[in-house]
Amino acid sequence: MSDERDASADGTGDHEPAGDASAAGFHFDQARWSDGDRHEPLSAEKRTTEAEYDDSPLPDDLTRDDLELPKLEEPELVRHYTRLSEMNYGIDLGPYPLGSCTMKYNPAFTEDVAADPNGLVHPDRPVEAVQGTLSVLHSLQDYLARIGGMDAVTLQPPAGAAGEFTGVLVADAYHEHNGDDRSEIIVPESAHGTNFASAALAGFDVVSLPGGEDGRVDLDALEEALGDDTALLMLTNPNTLGLFERDIEEIADMVHDAGGLLYYDGANLNALLGRGRPGDMGFDVMHYNVHKTFATPHGGGGPGAGPVGVVDDLAPFLPDPQVVEAPDESPLGYEFETPEASIGKVHGEYGNWLVLAKAYAYIARLGDDGLSDASAKAVLNANYLASQIEYDVPYGPFHHEFVASAGDQDAADVAKRMLDYGVHPPTTKWPEIVSEALMTEPTEIEGKRTLDQLARAFDEVAGEDDETLANAPQRTTAARIDQTEAARDLRLSWRALED
Amino acid sequence: MNGRDTEGTPYAPHGDAETAAMLSAVGVDTEEALFDIPESVRFDGDFGIEARTEREIRAEMGEALARNRDLVELLGRGHYDYYVPSAIDHLADRSEFLTSYTQYQPEVTQGFLQALFEYQSLLVELTGLGIANCSMYDAATALGEAATLAERVRESSGTRVLVPEHLESGRREVLANYVAGTDLVVETYAMDDGNADLDALAERVDAETVMVYAETPTVRGCVEENLDAVGDLAADDDALFVLGTDPVSLALLEEPASVGADVVVGSAAVLGLPQSYGMDLGLFACREDFVRQVPGRLVGASTDAEGRRTYTLTLQTREQHIRRERATSNICTNQAWVALRAAMHATGLGADGLADLAKRDVADARDLAARVDDVEGVQAPHHDRHHLREFVAHTDQPARAIRDDLVDEGYAIHVVDEHHVQLCTVGTTEDERDEFVDALAEVAR
Repeated sequence: MSDERDASADGTGDHEPAGDASAAGFHFDQARWSDGDRHEPLSAEKRTTEAEYDDSPLPDDLTRDDLELPKLEEPELVRHYTRLSEMNYGIDLGPYPLGSCTMKYNPAFTEDVAADPNGLVHPDRPVEAVQGTLSVLHSLQDYLARIGGMDAVTLQPPAGAAGEFTGVLVADAYHEHNGDDRSEIIVPESAHGTNFASAALAGFDVVSLPGGEDGRVDLDALEEALGDDTALLMLTNPNTLGLFERDIEEIADMVHDAGGLLYYDGANLNALLGRGRPGDMGFDVMHYNVHKTFATPHGGGGPGAGPVGVVDDLAPFLPDPQVVEAPDESPLGYEFETPEASIGKVHGEYGNWLVLAKAYAYIARLGDDGLSDASAKAVLNANYLASQIEYDVPYGPFHHEFVASAGDQDAADVAKRMLDYGVHPPTTKWPEIVSEALMTEPTEIEGKRTLDQLARAFDEVAGEDDETLANAPQRTTAARIDQTEAARDLRLSWRALED
Repeated sequence: MNGRDTEGTPYAPHGDAETAAMLSAVGVDTEEALFDIPESVRFDGDFGIEARTEREIRAEMGEALARNRDLVELLGRGHYDYYVPSAIDHLADRSEFLTSYTQYQPEVTQGFLQALFEYQSLLVELTGLGIANCSMYDAATALGEAATLAERVRESSGTRVLVPEHLESGRREVLANYVAGTDLVVETYAMDDGNADLDALAERVDAETVMVYAETPTVRGCVEENLDAVGDLAADDDALFVLGTDPVSLALLEEPASVGADVVVGSAAVLGLPQSYGMDLGLFACREDFVRQVPGRLVGASTDAEGRRTYTLTLQTREQHIRRERATSNICTNQAWVALRAAMHATGLGADGLADLAKRDVADARDLAARVDDVEGVQAPHHDRHHLREFVAHTDQPARAIRDDLVDEGYAIHVVDEHHVQLCTVGTTEDERDEFVDALAEVAR
């Protein structure tokens, strides 16, 4: 839709209403179904029924005595969850500029291709009966390898952190194969928390790397940290401040000279499509967050997919199996192959098929030019938005995301207040190198008009007093939620509510 | 849908004039000027990926997936094709759910949080354990997480994890990878005609044992008859008793808490999700006193400033974004949307509906085994046990040849070993099973 059509449709054009927040014309009121001192009652508060075991086909000593669960008939079920959906904010409702999360529009048609019943098959089918599925997976492996500049890709890891864990296991197996006992993984202080946790889960000692004054890797600190024990350096590039690690080639040389490998955390790949490939920068292993870069829906916390790409030297260690083209003499197009020195499986089957199918469709829709344009617009949007807000952005030049500082305000309170303007706030208080951080990633999907509204939301909040912030949000389903109470008086099920 | 002349992503709304205005506001002439990438690592090639239209991609993927053979699947072993009502698809696809992120701003995401709270609560009812998290990736990774939990809470200096000899290979391999970074060692205990061999297990469990894992039904579909004895053996040596199962079986079989289970793992995607080529939902429930050691996200109840009951992610200090290398797990993105679907499906079925599914699964397996046993060259069930959904059958002819012949006839079955196949009833109609028995009779002689 063009701007012109927008303007003629609602008559507002580019004129922004003046005045305070509620007069600005873009606040919202979220649905608030209420029932006394609660919102929509829990399903179990509506109706429960009990199972009967008199007609059990098993002996009594092998069955349970009783079971009581909620039971809603279909009209009630539909209304229950439709009401809950109305009390939930998604990217289809408005901007969602959560830094590091790459909340893009999830193209509607990708849901349809994933729902194809021919793809909804059992994982233990014989290989000749899933040639279609394997052809899609093989094409996706190929696409991702090209995009990352990698030689081989596994699609098995079901999320980004699972991809990290897989990559670390692959690196570990590589070193071990070479008779090289290395116990440390270096992670920059400002890295995603999963990097530390994945390295620790794989049994490595984590060496935290302090950042340089310019927000990038400090080469002296890196030199200090590197040694005979270094198995891996995990890097995000651009980093969590949105800055490109300009010294990446030197970093790669230093790590490789020390006998270590270089890992690329793909969380920020949306900044680089068509302009830089991890493989060309000296990275040996990487994961892709397809629920970020390749627009598969985040589903309220998952499922995602975290495919892992590697250079040739690491390919023999990838998880089992890989999808490969069958030899010419075979009647099959595709088959499974166990990599020579595989680490085995990292997911019970082949990962999250529905997510992978959507990622393939997205990449195919965009192609070379679309992917490149997505990064261009993502970087343009971040820079434009930053130029329009009053909060200071201390580090640059940034790419697809920037980290603003809320200054004297509490970033968490700023976020709560932004909700009242009908926008989702940025990621807050992280990375810690920026005080009261507002880590903001608008992605390419927002046009100027929405970015201007987002900027207005930032600026309105920047001008508000501490009391207004502390009392926010006002227009969401719930008012400010007491986190201390939730953690101190733990109630993790409806049973606990009765106690 | 966009009015731009230039080729680019269809999912960015910028017109040329708009782009120019934004560039001007930033103070650069081109988008390229915003990229701070050294020339030496700039990528100036092509991926060689041709953009296609929606229509073309739907046709291409539709044609590709149509190459999957049209088979009647008698397949189970952890993935079951229960019918999922249309209402679940339509509700779960509401974009307020589907396109939302993790609930880091709970005030604006009460709907999803309540649904996850309901999911956790359903698992608490089904397992009898105090807490359930709001998902792991799949049954295999949930088992791996259970082992690392056992290491964190163990009371002995032991390192042994005991698992049954019959264990699905994916679960075994994933478990091995999850313990690779610990000093835990995975060992197996023998099975006796499809159930845990209690004597063999008793010999293996000692002070060095930190975890005993059992499944019901087992990977071969046998109801485990001695769960309380397994639980006692584990408890005698302060080992964690981890039970693998699923929400449908739980609606009929013994309640895990009543047999001494400390942790329950398994596949919760038996509810709410059709077969999706192995995509799953990892169930994870455990004793309340492990609450600070639980992996994954937890939704708890609280109160908002207006005094209303609300929900929020809680105890996040266990998680990677706060605790980093000391977190209880590295998991961040999980399977929340699948958990939403499972909760919807369970709520639509109710306790009676769920129990009816499990009762039917016992009856159907019994019936099919009896009929297959009448086929010349086949003896079923191989194990003299109660079965749920599926069973192993002995074949006089090589199992692989029978499997291959059946594919030609339009059926998919499991091969267990040289002379054993496995057959599952879930997802097939009675007519389909009738025709299958006829087809089996043709190829099994």
